[in-house]
Amino acid sequence: MTQPDLTILVIDENAIRSSIIEEGLREAGHLRVTVIHEVSGVARVIETLQPDVIIIDIENPNRDMMEHLFQLTRMVSRPIAMFVDRSDTAAIEQAVEAGVSAYVVDGLKKERVKPILDMAVSRFNAFSRLQRELADAKSALEARKVIERAKGILMKMRGLSEEEAFALLRQTAMNEKKKMVEIAQSVVTAAGLLM
Amino acid sequence: MTFSDSGTGFSLSAPTLSTPALAGEAGPRTLRAGFIPLVDASVLIAAAEFGFAAREGLQLDLVKDVSWANIRDRLAFRQFDVAHMLSPMPVASMLGLGSNPSPTIAPFSLGRGGNAITLSVRLFARMEETGLTGPGEDALANARALAAVLAEMRARDEAVPTFGVTYPFSSHNYEMRYWLAAGGINPDRDVKLVVVPPPLTSDALAAGAIDGFCVGAPWNMVASERGVGRIVAAKQDIWPSAPEKVIGLRPDFAEAHRERVLSLLLALDRAASWCDDRANHADLAEVLSQPRYLAAPAELLRHVLSGEFSLDDRGSRRTIPDYMVFHDRHAGYPRPSQALWIYSQMIRWGQTPFSHAGLEAALSAYRPDLYRAALGEASPDPAHDLRAEGREAEDRFMDGHVFDPVGIPAYVAGFPVRADTGSVLEDD
Repeated sequence: MTQPDLTILVIDENAIRSSIIEEGLREAGHLRVTVIHEVSGVARVIETLQPDVIIIDIENPNRDMMEHLFQLTRMVSRPIAMFVDRSDTAAIEQAVEAGVSAYVVDGLKKERVKPILDMAVSRFNAFSRLQRELADAKSALEARKVIERAKGILMKMRGLSEEEAFALLRQTAMNEKKKMVEIAQSVVTAAGLLM
Repeated sequence: MTFSDSGTGFSLSAPTLSTPALAGEAGPRTLRAGFIPLVDASVLIAAAEFGFAAREGLQLDLVKDVSWANIRDRLAFRQFDVAHMLSPMPVASMLGLGSNPSPTIAPFSLGRGGNAITLSVRLFARMEETGLTGPGEDALANARALAAVLAEMRARDEAVPTFGVTYPFSSHNYEMRYWLAAGGINPDRDVKLVVVPPPLTSDALAAGAIDGFCVGAPWNMVASERGVGRIVAAKQDIWPSAPEKVIGLRPDFAEAHRERVLSLLLALDRAASWCDDRANHADLAEVLSQPRYLAAPAELLRHVLSGEFSLDDRGSRRTIPDYMVFHDRHAGYPRPSQALWIYSQMIRWGQTPFSHAGLEAALSAYRPDLYRAALGEASPDPAHDLRAEGREAEDRFMDGHVFDPVGIPAYVAGFPVRADTGSVLEDD
């Protein structure tokens, strides 16, 4: 690389996500990456690091504090503008949708920053996917537990075999056009009320 | 890229901040509106919740957000059609200030009031020791007492106190500065101003991270009832007519969807009138208190709406009848003199120099023409659009200055305390 490496600051309260981004940036050859998880003292960090690019999670309410900092730094002639190229709205929309916001030193070439932003966006999206999958897996596990309990209740109260209890739950769900877990949940709730 | 195909698909009760798809695509009569959970979002929330938008054939999809920077960016990048905004934000955008300025106009004001300044109990105790203020004293006496404490702190080499505001281009920043300066305090030199997200102010004060703040309702009352803060000035003490929140939108959107925007203004006006009626405060507080909106106790919100203040946790109370005004005396009208007053404060504190181009830009942020098109005869007389502010007895600035919109440089130069930028004029 003939140009000096960019200094990148990542501010993200989510430690897992920020490490995913950091890893991505390092894989892409960016070695001057700093990650912080909270914004207290960020003014000093920015002052010492003089980052070229700052990536901050859009859900962080402290973004307004960053705006204030930049307003101050603007006065000592260190202009920082959001996003590289305002005309590239598709890229910006993708970033905002993914939950990434970024600040870039004014005058930095678009070609240099675009890959960094793209990387942050794809890593943010990957993280959201991961979280979604985790949530799905958790709810599948929960559903299985509820069905097991409902089965147990039916076996005990109605003297059914395990297969019969399961079939009853499934048939009721089909009749009522509901999910089996919903029927199971009502069985568990009802049992809780009656016993 | 695919856009959301349904205007009703977005759930307000989403546990985390959802990222809305592009707005304006959903349906011909749908408007996606961003808001920050504050009492001054009442008119927007009431319009959506109590049928005022529906009566105009509009569906208002409200999306809660966490920062003003997000509100600004999501409006700019078309995820919101309209947004609850700080009144200085459209002005700053039109002046090209801030990190992502994009053309934004304000055709409607969401009301007056709601702000106050709260200091830590410890700092207020020190102010009382000076003998310059006490429980019954007014905002100016409090500011002067703080000036005396600051002089004492300087003499003893103590660290200067830190005060929080909400955003660099906010009524809170300008009101905090106005109050300090009226007491002879230079906000850039004698204290340290930082930005703290409103929901964190009370904790930050309790933890000693800040020594005071200026924010909107209900956060001052949250701190005073908790016993960590003492309210020393309300917006009504500083300047009762000071502009607060507005509805912001992109000028191209207003042009392309004029009918929808005018319907919205009509709905907002009706909602504002409803919000002003005390008989509706219990219902309004109930809705505002829900987790998808403010997530604050309904009782506290009722007190805020009626202007009943706990100044501290020792039972010092004060009632400000006009603490929250949504509709009365044309509170919804985006009076151009207000945009220019905001501009004057930006100049006063060195955010921008005065120029004729700047004056035009600041004026273009407020769009009384749209308000007038929607509300017709109910609108105020345009002859007063550039009226002098602070002249009437019940509408005075705390330091007695009168704002003349046609003499901004002289007005700014007339303040003994302002940014040390030398001339207020652009050097060209």
